[in-house]
Amino acid sequence: MTIDAKGVYYRELNEQIRAAIAGGETEIVLDNVNGQRYIGDGVQGKAKITINGVPGNDLAAFMDGPTLVVNGNAQDGVANTMNEGKIVVNGNAGDVLGYGMRGGKLYIKGDVGYRVGIHMKGYKENMPVVIAGGTAGDFFGEYMAGGVLVLLGMGREEGAPLVGDYLGTGMHGGSIYIRGEVDIRNCGAEVGILDLDDKDMKELSGYVREFCEDTGHDFDEVMSGKFIKLYPKSSRPYGRLYAY
Amino acid sequence: MNHWWEKDMSGCGLSGIINTDGKRISGEVIRKSIALQHDRGNGQGGGFAAYGIYPKYKDYYALHIMYTEEPGKPTRDLAQARVETEAYLGGIVEVKMGEEIPVRLTDKINIHPLLNRYFVKVRPDKLAELGKDATEDDFIVKVVMHINDKINNAFVFSSGKNMGAFKGVGFPEDVADFYRLEEYEGYTWTAHNRFPTNTQGWWGGAHPFTLLDWSIVHNGEISSYGINKRYLEMFGYKMSLLTDTEVVTYVFDLLVRRQGLPIEVACKAAAASFWKDIDRMDEEEKKAMTALRMVYGSALLNGPFAILFGHGRGLIGMNDRIKLRPFVAATKGKTVYMASEESAIREICPDPEKVWNPRAGHPVVVELEKGVA
Repeated sequence: MTIDAKGVYYRELNEQIRAAIAGGETEIVLDNVNGQRYIGDGVQGKAKITINGVPGNDLAAFMDGPTLVVNGNAQDGVANTMNEGKIVVNGNAGDVLGYGMRGGKLYIKGDVGYRVGIHMKGYKENMPVVIAGGTAGDFFGEYMAGGVLVLLGMGREEGAPLVGDYLGTGMHGGSIYIRGEVDIRNCGAEVGILDLDDKDMKELSGYVREFCEDTGHDFDEVMSGKFIKLYPKSSRPYGRLYAY
Repeated sequence: MNHWWEKDMSGCGLSGIINTDGKRISGEVIRKSIALQHDRGNGQGGGFAAYGIYPKYKDYYALHIMYTEEPGKPTRDLAQARVETEAYLGGIVEVKMGEEIPVRLTDKINIHPLLNRYFVKVRPDKLAELGKDATEDDFIVKVVMHINDKINNAFVFSSGKNMGAFKGVGFPEDVADFYRLEEYEGYTWTAHNRFPTNTQGWWGGAHPFTLLDWSIVHNGEISSYGINKRYLEMFGYKMSLLTDTEVVTYVFDLLVRRQGLPIEVACKAAAASFWKDIDRMDEEEKKAMTALRMVYGSALLNGPFAILFGHGRGLIGMNDRIKLRPFVAATKGKTVYMASEESAIREICPDPEKVWNPRAGHPVVVELEKGVA
């Protein structure tokens, strides 16, 4: 079904979406979305929601199953504590993406802002994956505890930084893959840098292939770049902090 | 007062537009943009700054003055505050025209301060008394500080030429309706939706904060308020509006107008590079940044912020150094847009040519083309 969201207040729009899903709709298209908050928040099940426009903040917080496709840019706070499902943003996205994310996938075609992938966590089959096709700001993967965070740097403007400062600060779990070079001075003290081994390559290329299919990037071009892997040097960097 | 609103998590909202070719547009446009960010505020303050709105009086300083109660202070007859202020103005400047600011009472805003505006010129004899190097701007600043500090219940809320601030307690779209902003045309507009966190909402505490033609709308908090306040007091500024943002306005007045720093340099003083980053700079830049931090340590604005800073010839948007508040910019033709959320820009410009999230501590500086406005 299609819902025209033009001028519709976020509460009403989200009520309509929830009612549609409760009524068994599996394909929902939202047209003329502009700034409505909380779309997909806490929604369970397997529905696919296509968002035409720029959704408001806190898209897909606590989302547990659905697939969201955004044909436009996304704002701040996408996929906060998301549990399961997939989000594809065919544009750029703002700050604080995937905060505390614990499952599912967040694929951004273009650039992302500050504080992306802070405190992502993973356990067994719950393995959150965030991939950004372009560049990222400061605090990428800060306090990361699990999951996979990937930065591709595609379409980067001449002179634009690939990633900001405080990269992986406080990281104690998970993996960050970056296509390109990083300055070790911009990395947290808890981070080590490695070349990818075969197992890493297999994991990464599986996710990147899916990302490319969803966002239209060229898989071979993406994989022709050199990747590095950031890993946590200690699983308990603060284990002794309060041990006196 | 007993506030009992539903608590939504939020933060202030900003929006700004500048037409670099000087084209004047109705206040209806900025109202639409800030209204989309309704949920970033809580009805405790909304306001606008508009440039180019008084072409008929463009050579006069436009003093917008509110006569109102002040939180925590005993009140008095507000009409008396007006009489006293008008007597003071009559004795110190040439008042070309004075009138009540036209308003429209709505079901959202129907209790309000006395609101007046005066178009004034500095008298040469009075200026001479201030000293031979004093400028007309210096004189007006002195007048503003005197009224705000010495006349109880009277607050100048804007004092520039060919510009004005319009602000109050309410949601910004309601404040716009109240002040009939659709009847004004300006080439630069800024707007603010307030969610006060540290001080009580009152008419004087709504944004923008202005002095001469500087206007600031701000999302965040200035945790360095105390040190900034003491520093500014040494230069004769009086903090009288009970909100941290006031210091930002005076910092820019001091650094740019009085001390002549280029705007970019003033921004670098206010949101200075971290010492660890200065250590990585080449020698020349390191020397310059070190000097700036040493000289203007007390002008450093610490804490999370996004601000829009308007003046007669331009608009600047700026973030704190680690981007703790949202800030988006876009361009279309000769127009530059800045806002807290991209959707607030798209609401009034659905197909911008470029949209970007400016980097922390890197101001977006826009100026009018030469010769316009």
